[in-house]
Amino acid sequence: MPKNVTVEELKAKAKELRVNIVKTTNYAKSGHVGGSLSCADMLTALYFKFLNVDPADPKKMDRDRFILSKGHAALGYVPTLAMAGFVPMDSLKSFNHYESCYGIHPDSRKISGCDASTGSLGHGLPMGVGMALGLRYQGYKDSKVVVLMGDGEQNEGSVWEGAMAAAHYKLDNIITIVDRNKLMIDGPTEQVMGIDPIDKKYEAFGFKVISCNGNDMADVDRALTEAWENKGQPICIISNTEKGFGVKRFQGKVAWHYGAIDSDMLKEAIADIEAL
Amino acid sequence: MAEGTAWNVYDALKMASKEIYGKVLTELGKENDKIVGVTADLAKSTNIGNFGEAFPERLFNVGIAEQNMMGVAAGLAKTGLIPFASTFAIFACLRGGEQVRSDIAYQNLPVKIIATHGGLSFGASGSTHHCTEDIAIMRSMANMTVVVPADGFETAKAVRACVNIPGPFYMRVGRGFEPPLHEDENFDFEIGKAINLHEGKDITVIACGVCVLQALDAAKVLEKESGISVRVLDMHTLKPIDEEAIMKAVLDTRRILTVEEHNTIGGLGDAVASVIAQSGKGCAFTKLGIPDEYSVIGPPEDLYARYKIDATGIEETVKALLGKEIEADEDWSDED
Ligand SMILES: Cc1ncc(C[n+]2csc(CCOP(=O)(O)OP(=O)(O)O)c2C)c(N)n1
Repeated sequence: MPKNVTVEELKAKAKELRVNIVKTTNYAKSGHVGGSLSCADMLTALYFKFLNVDPADPKKMDRDRFILSKGHAALGYVPTLAMAGFVPMDSLKSFNHYESCYGIHPDSRKISGCDASTGSLGHGLPMGVGMALGLRYQGYKDSKVVVLMGDGEQNEGSVWEGAMAAAHYKLDNIITIVDRNKLMIDGPTEQVMGIDPIDKKYEAFGFKVISCNGNDMADVDRALTEAWENKGQPICIISNTEKGFGVKRFQGKVAWHYGAIDSDMLKEAIADIEAL
Repeated sequence: MAEGTAWNVYDALKMASKEIYGKVLTELGKENDKIVGVTADLAKSTNIGNFGEAFPERLFNVGIAEQNMMGVAAGLAKTGLIPFASTFAIFACLRGGEQVRSDIAYQNLPVKIIATHGGLSFGASGSTHHCTEDIAIMRSMANMTVVVPADGFETAKAVRACVNIPGPFYMRVGRGFEPPLHEDENFDFEIGKAINLHEGKDITVIACGVCVLQALDAAKVLEKESGISVRVLDMHTLKPIDEEAIMKAVLDTRRILTVEEHNTIGGLGDAVASVIAQSGKGCAFTKLGIPDEYSVIGPPEDLYARYKIDATGIEETVKALLGKEIEADEDWSDED
């Protein structure tokens, strides 16, 4: 059951998350800041309203599961887990450092609340299908599995193998989200390897597709509410976003897939985010 | 790394193996119009993008789809072309691994796989991006030639040489921040022939990749500070391995240490051990590498030190190995 949290409260949290993302990028020396900022609103809504997870009991069986299939967005994910109380805020300072629990991609053996180690693209949905099947079989009717993927990630065949299975098994406890920020490493998705019409593809695979503006909290809230109420088939949310959203210098820039933030740039980034 | 730049971590080969791979491939492309390239959203990161800039119609970027990339490479080769395929090592040998084996190696096609970010070179990225299995995997594929060059100069020579090998070829390089081993390109490089970098009589260190420079540094220190005479063999070709150089080292020094940025199972150490074991000659032997575990994260230098595959670790291990008893073998030299 989603919690009673207003869109205004979520917006404030998303701002806080974006600030933590740029700060952590600075601690980490460098990282995937673009794709972390693009999905920050989605992560916020999931962890502060929708997901049934508990930092005091991170492994309770009847929880919802979340898989960051675009694992390189750990810079967005780990600060979210910190804000949600799963890991200490202060520990973010060690990000990427020798022997840290947090590297460029998340390690489920080392991070409380992290359900799957990811980083190699195209692994999240198959693992999510397995979790959804396992939960259904064991009678955890109310537990959902949410899988957040990149749009470039849609190129991987394993995504579609997972999608075929999700529909075949009528997994209405699975919610996939495509962070449609329109960029990958070598350029815009539609230039490198086009994925459109991505909504029609998921529909043809048997999903119910919901599109939203993934950088508008009210619209994110609407999409997730609809997804949570759904019955009978798997869901795919196409979350239309902008890579680097919130920091002008990064927004829509392919070069900011990965980058380093020094202290001056950090000040500038925080000022941009606060003005949102 | 300069702060404040939109610096791209995937700019592999920029400094060490330099833009060398991309550059050499571009030169080769001018000489041979049969050469084409394939990549999977890592054109910039692996530097195969340089080739694509020179020959846009000859580089095929299939998106983030490594299985497809290897299948496409096989198809291109079937039409008489020589495809170079580039992605990160872990995705080349595992994600596209079955395509490499059954489409490329099994059909003995001349696909040249140049994989970057090998070993622990992408240290902070964690185990999904570390690759300490590729040598074992690629060595065990029939028809495959396997090379792990020590620096950019060797990379350049190997890229040129591999075009003349009729079958499939796998080469693993780092992320592009590795210091050079050679001072210039004036040295002999032949696939399948180890390079003797430092003469020695007490022990031989056999290394590949970034570990070669570490071994050489260790040898110099050991000679100067402890009077220990260390032979250093740069075993850039893992398959076919230079059995002659290995057996000569066994006969001359009777003590062998192997060093690699790879799981100690199935890599250089095991390849060397198997040559020695089958020869029937005894010698003191130790393997350095990544123990059978998933590494912690961190800068590569810290990880190399942790696993003793840096100069300090090699020095320590050489000393320990010199103290190891070996059975005297009177007839050793006559048997040769
Ligand atoms: C299997 C695999 N191939 C290649 C990579 C290297 N890689 C990391 S991020 C990335 C681009 C991802 O693009 P997208 O899915 O659109 O993510 P976003 O733009 O949201 O960051 C690539 C190719 C990888 N992590 N996994």
